[in-house]
Amino acid sequence: MKTRKRSNAPIFWGLFGAGGMLAALFGPMLVFITGVAIPLGLLLPAGTMSYPKMLAFAQNFIGKGFIFAVISLFLWHAAHRIFHSLHEIGIHAGFGAKLLTYGVALIGTVVSAVVLLRVGF
Amino acid sequence: MVPLVKRQTRKGKHPMSEQKIIEIEVLRYKPESDQAPHSEVYKVPFTDDMSVLQGVQYIKDNFDGSLTFRWSCRMAICGSCGMMINGIPKLSCESFLRDYYPNRITVEALANFPIEKDLVVDLSGFIEKLEAIQPYIIPKEPRTLEQGEYIQTPEQFSQYIQFTSCINCTLCYAACPQVGLNPDFIGPAAMALLHRYNMDSRDGGQAQRMELVASEEGVYNCSAVGYCSEVCPKHVDPGNAVNVNKINAAKDYFLRFLSPKGGAQ
Repeated sequence: MKTRKRSNAPIFWGLFGAGGMLAALFGPMLVFITGVAIPLGLLLPAGTMSYPKMLAFAQNFIGKGFIFAVISLFLWHAAHRIFHSLHEIGIHAGFGAKLLTYGVALIGTVVSAVVLLRVGF
Repeated sequence: MVPLVKRQTRKGKHPMSEQKIIEIEVLRYKPESDQAPHSEVYKVPFTDDMSVLQGVQYIKDNFDGSLTFRWSCRMAICGSCGMMINGIPKLSCESFLRDYYPNRITVEALANFPIEKDLVVDLSGFIEKLEAIQPYIIPKEPRTLEQGEYIQTPEQFSQYIQFTSCINCTLCYAACPQVGLNPDFIGPAAMALLHRYNMDSRDGGQAQRMELVASEEGVYNCSAVGYCSEVCPKHVDPGNAVNVNKINAAKDYFLRFLSPKGGAQ
């Protein structure tokens, strides 16, 4: 029987799945708050996303975790989807495409982790 | 064709309605002389009870005896007569000419397979995949005749019965874009059959089959398009079998160090 190479896809598929779940649960709500409600002054009280409030949010453990998960897992989800969509429309860039898509997600993850740690607790 | 029953008709009306004729465009390929496949159009007289398969048979009987295609049961049981009908993988025996008339209908060999001749595709790759999934019960422990038969509850039976309905018609392979991109992908029908044995309470082969499931030819080639389950004439839902096994393979990937047995290297 021929030997088969184990696929490392579960790592990326897991991150993709987690990001997809998070995107489905929080994505539309975040788009509405940050993109519609705050700029147009709808529903939410004025200054909801003011700098001091957002800084306090980012300095809180739970807030930090939320921001980190939303940025990094969304990126991993998007990277995986773009990588597979490229394959599907006939661009089989292989390792290069992997590096570009997952690379961006990795950089985004590291940058968001560093920034979140630097704003302190 | 001879009309079997002469209908009673009102005075002054023609006993038979006008003969309907449908154009069937067939993808032809003769390996000994053709460089590439080409289309030929035939004008086929038909009645409302005629299937696309019967239309193709009419062409073979009346226009060109060399037209080659597979068929056997004519009633969606054997799985031989799959063809691309207007670009959709279907069993030609359960597709009817009347549903396409008056438009021209195109009939081609199943997509994603090498063409052997005309509408006949080379299934050897598929057969190898079927063999690779170990499609038989691998008992959890050896059992002697004296121990008697295996007992299975209706609940246990219901876990896998759906996946036993596959007739190996390979419509799902013709439908799967990932099979088209990577012919080594184990594919929908083979995964459905693999899942059928994994889910059988008498079977203990899941760890052995995991090597293939978790490999680079395995389930992660699937991007959950779901067209395989849509075209399945037996409602097997191979897409479900593939995606349930993504979860199984992910568990195996991350938990294999806790219980190191089976799985790929």
